[in-house]
Amino acid sequence: MTEPYLFEVNDLCRYFPAKKNGIVKAVDGVSFRIRQGETFSLVGESGCGKTTCGRTLLGVYPKTAGSILWKGRETCQLTRAELKQFKRENQMIFQDPYSCLDPRMTIGTIIQEGMRVHFDLPPRARDQRVAELLFKVGLTADFASRFPHELSGGQRQRVGIARALAMEPSFIVCDEPIAALDVSIQAQVVNLMIDLQRDLGLTYLFISHDLSMVRHISDRIGVMYLGTLVEVSDTDPLYDRPMHPYTQALFSAIPAVGRRQSGKRIRLEGEIPSPMDPPPGCRFSSRCPHAAAQCRQTSPSLRELEPGHLVACHRAEELNG
Amino acid sequence: MSQIKKNPPSDAFAPGDFEIVGADTAQSERFARRPVTYWGDALRRFRQNKLAVAAFFLLLLITIMTIAVPMLSPYDYAKQDLKVRKQWPSADHWFGTDDLGRDLFTRVWQGGRVSIAIGVLGALIVAAVGCVYGGIAAYFGGWVDMLMMRIVEILSSVPNLLVIIMMSIILDSSSIPTLLLAMTITGWCPVARLVRSQMLQISRSEYVMAARVMGVPPLQIVLRHMIPNTLSLIIVNITFRVPGFIFSEAFLSYVGLGVQPPNTSWGALASAGQANLLFYPYMMLFPSLFIALTMLCFTLMGDGLRDALDPKLRR
Repeated sequence: MTEPYLFEVNDLCRYFPAKKNGIVKAVDGVSFRIRQGETFSLVGESGCGKTTCGRTLLGVYPKTAGSILWKGRETCQLTRAELKQFKRENQMIFQDPYSCLDPRMTIGTIIQEGMRVHFDLPPRARDQRVAELLFKVGLTADFASRFPHELSGGQRQRVGIARALAMEPSFIVCDEPIAALDVSIQAQVVNLMIDLQRDLGLTYLFISHDLSMVRHISDRIGVMYLGTLVEVSDTDPLYDRPMHPYTQALFSAIPAVGRRQSGKRIRLEGEIPSPMDPPPGCRFSSRCPHAAAQCRQTSPSLRELEPGHLVACHRAEELNG
Repeated sequence: MSQIKKNPPSDAFAPGDFEIVGADTAQSERFARRPVTYWGDALRRFRQNKLAVAAFFLLLLITIMTIAVPMLSPYDYAKQDLKVRKQWPSADHWFGTDDLGRDLFTRVWQGGRVSIAIGVLGALIVAAVGCVYGGIAAYFGGWVDMLMMRIVEILSSVPNLLVIIMMSIILDSSSIPTLLLAMTITGWCPVARLVRSQMLQISRSEYVMAARVMGVPPLQIVLRHMIPNTLSLIIVNITFRVPGFIFSEAFLSYVGLGVQPPNTSWGALASAGQANLLFYPYMMLFPSLFIALTMLCFTLMGDGLRDALDPKLRR
């Protein structure tokens, strides 16, 4: 692979202090790389650290440990001017279309908010730009004078996208942008995002638990479990042949339409452990049907089993032999 | 199989019944709503609420009267005239006279000055103190927030009335400033809580996060998101607190801890009138009427403001 990496994340950790001196290890030693122009997805159950990962990447939360390289530069060592550029080029789309827009601002003001900071434009040119952006995301110019509560969920999500696009970004973290929408609207929004990616050359970090939608949009996928990455691979190999036991269980739960369920559904025993007190060794060992003694003692790291297919499992070769 | 009607009924529409009128896209700008600001929109919605507007104008009238009447009246509010004691309302004395022969019409409006001033000032003081206190607690967070909120909890666990009465006795309240101090000394606690919780909620909302991701400076986030979203809450809170202070003052004056004669307030007038209630009910009726009317107006106006300032209720 010769394409440049936009983001290189190494051993990223983000811990939150919890009550009674506990620590929630929301993200614990995650490494991945995002290439220019691709869609990298993070999937996993609720509470596995996907969202924290995305927010830490953009500096919303300070990282506890590890390094984030943006265009080869460490993000926490950026100069003032570089940081401003970082904040312009890297944007975020949020999960909840109801709380991501200030209820007291009109759509036009919301979209202009970042423009005022980064682009020195006269008011007239800003209004013009708002109209263009609204058109680009499939709305009309007269939306600019409306308030968020007058819009439907899908329209609000489009406004959220327009707000991000107003910054002329190169990278967008999409934090479950479709989870709060109806299925029919989901498809519209995802297709809009794919179109925008093609037209504007955007790079996406797509965070979702909707496995079918992830397959539709992603180039590469990282599977997270309890704050760690268990498997990273290109989309098709991952769906065709998941190698980590957790991924296998997760993907066997995708409901199939029309065709017979291929393979047996794998049922996991027990509950997902608390991130305050993860099991020793492999995080998944407490629920893994194949766990051996080694798995309960040492934590596996990501290994490249096939070109571009990384798995964090001691017994991956045995199980996929 | 069910029967499917092959022929449409005779009264069905034929293609000729419709005419294509077309849509003029060049005119679509005309139908777009004029851009409005948040406050402009709030004003428009407040105007639509007839009751609130009426309450506002009634309050305005009462305020003007309290200012004008004591200045223009031929009678001095403190001047006693023993020849006209305890007179029923008449052309000379519109609200009658009290047991020392003072004109009640003048005294009611003079009392209104004190009552309304105390109500408005009290509400403004608690709002200001509460905003600063709650804002600091929310901004610094952590142990500062913890300590400040525990203090609020301790202060508000003491019965309010008890504090007011004790403070009045300690301060020997006979002037308006000491009366205000007694009433506001713990009165700011609910406002502080309200402001803190609202600020915390906003600072963790996704629209503030979006602004931070975009690199909007913190001061601008405070000015554009935090304050506007808290301000309307505070305005509504002030409006609802005013009648509470008027009532507290009336209560204190009623039990003899408030304004001292010859100065007066609606509460003090009602208290004086109560002694003669059986034979001269008008002495109590007028001040009580104005207490009730003012409190009602503030409540109605507060309702209107609350609805007007909440854009979710925009129609």
